[in-house]
Amino acid sequence: MNRIHTLFQNKKERALSIYFTAGFPALEDTLPTMQAIEEAGADIIEIGVPYSDPIADGPTIQDSNMIALENGMSLKKLFEQIKDMRQTVSIPVVLMGYLNPIIQYGMEAFLQKCKEVGVDGLILPDLPMQQYLDEFKEMFDQYGLSNTFLISPQTSESRIREIDENSNGFIYMVSSHSITGAKTGISEEQISYFKRVQDMNLKNPRLIGFGISDAETFTTASKYGNGAIIGSAFIKVVKDSKNLNADIKSYIQSVIQ
Amino acid sequence: MIKVDEKGFYGKFGGAYIPEMLHPNIEELRDNYEQIVATSEFQEEFQSLLRDFVGRPTPLYFAKRMSEKYGAKIYFKREDLCHTGAHKVNNTVGQIILAKKLGKKRIIAETGAGQHGVATATVCALMGMDCTIYMGALDIQRQRPNVERMKILGAKVVPATSGSQTLKDATNEAMRQWINNPVDTHYIIGSVVGPHPYPEMVARFQSVISEEIKKQLLEKEGTENPDIVIACVGGGSNAAGAFYHYYNVPEVRLIAAEAAGLGISSGKSAATTALGTSGILHGSKTLLMQTEDGQVIEPHSISAGLDYPGIGPVHAHLFDIGRGEFVAVEDEDAMKAGIELSRMEGIIPAIETAHAIHALNMITYKKDDIIVINLSGRGDKDLDTYIKWGGY
Repeated sequence: MNRIHTLFQNKKERALSIYFTAGFPALEDTLPTMQAIEEAGADIIEIGVPYSDPIADGPTIQDSNMIALENGMSLKKLFEQIKDMRQTVSIPVVLMGYLNPIIQYGMEAFLQKCKEVGVDGLILPDLPMQQYLDEFKEMFDQYGLSNTFLISPQTSESRIREIDENSNGFIYMVSSHSITGAKTGISEEQISYFKRVQDMNLKNPRLIGFGISDAETFTTASKYGNGAIIGSAFIKVVKDSKNLNADIKSYIQSVIQ
Repeated sequence: MIKVDEKGFYGKFGGAYIPEMLHPNIEELRDNYEQIVATSEFQEEFQSLLRDFVGRPTPLYFAKRMSEKYGAKIYFKREDLCHTGAHKVNNTVGQIILAKKLGKKRIIAETGAGQHGVATATVCALMGMDCTIYMGALDIQRQRPNVERMKILGAKVVPATSGSQTLKDATNEAMRQWINNPVDTHYIIGSVVGPHPYPEMVARFQSVISEEIKKQLLEKEGTENPDIVIACVGGGSNAAGAFYHYYNVPEVRLIAAEAAGLGISSGKSAATTALGTSGILHGSKTLLMQTEDGQVIEPHSISAGLDYPGIGPVHAHLFDIGRGEFVAVEDEDAMKAGIELSRMEGIIPAIETAHAIHALNMITYKKDDIIVINLSGRGDKDLDTYIKWGGY
């Protein structure tokens, strides 16, 4: 059992996952950002691995990716930065990244390294379920890593069931038809989608992401899922921060109150 | 046998590596397109528009003076005479009919040189559909006339301001906008790239090019098969169309002219098979120019239409198995070839197409070999680039 499973065994609601881009705003901010996220009381850390062509991301995360790459960020560098993270970080850590840099690193080498440094799970938005099952599932299982798939308002019931069947960790519910950071607030239509999925009684916990930015949207999302994910709004907080640690803490505490 | 498999792979390349948010769109397209395209209703509308609106069949023209110079029988497939000035419209006509049959109300597309954008704006005007074109901010500057043409046709042109601000970034942006508008919008991809079924679907709409070459060559030379077919390759849609019916005719050599930019080892190039390695770009596994860390490298070519770091998966496969011969043509040589074609045959080609012309100087052939060059587009849109270059 990894840290993600333990978390959701003990915490069924209001789990907060924070996404940030590795190597942003400065190259060596990765580990201090993680430590601040944990100290502030969030439940999961999602480390974004920067990529030159992030097709599911809006301008905020695109920019953070570009800056991180300009800073010299890479997967190799990331594994160096987080090699001793488990000495100071105890909550679950998930890597989120596009497939191409991982394939160039080598999927097996990547998974092995994840396990070695204490990463618990992965979110690879452009790895389709079928490809995962055909090529990689055995490897994920071998290294004890959870894989998280996304679902959106358009995902059919039968496919949600299939995704639930093949997930172990949590399901990432994309809250609307959108890329990251495109919309703020939660509409009636979104709520009916949240309810529809809630009523399916899936075996995996559900975290709602995209469009979550403050205490109000976090609380609403948490009513219909086991918690929520904040990405773009967090990137905006750290982007111009003069005191990273204090700003991260005050922002996260304002969300979880 | 070169053929796409049911998962969308040509050998090692292809597939559909897409975010889950796009899964329903891709599934809808994959499950319906072959069936729709096979109906007589679709075929009648498609064929009649290709004939009466696009102006097909395009001529297969014997280039007498260049044949004498090069010592071969050189034919040009005149896709530059298609309505809107390039082969791109073959595909947009097919996809717009498909979009209508799928009940879509809005069209989005990416464009590099603007030819695909114009071809898309044109068919949207024809069908009365709302049209938004994503175009790299740099390309908007260097392809001004095409931007204005799209606007005249009623399309909205949105600049892509990320990355190198060229075709790759326009494609990223179009994919993002498709994620944002998945229900009522169809994305008309302009090349044989993207997630399955796009590469094969676009190739099929373009395959009319080689279908006609076969018939026309039979009339003129008593054989359907030339010795050599040459086409330029960015993503590779005109090449896919010109090669399609020859993929599995091994005696026909297939030559693909890539853009070497300032030179393959100059760091300013778009020669994907020369510089690329296997990876994932825009939803398919293919050859692409990337760093050791898997970051996509910004390409360079004087021609906006070839300024792309990847290549369609079918071409990656042709390269991989040695079925295609790939040459890399530098900016300067392409420009000179454009002038040569203008002076010798009275045709000012698109700069993309000029790369295919220069390939004649880079390959071996026998005297009196029949060589068909796909003249994918005309040079009107490139006047600014010709003027700026000035070497005429």
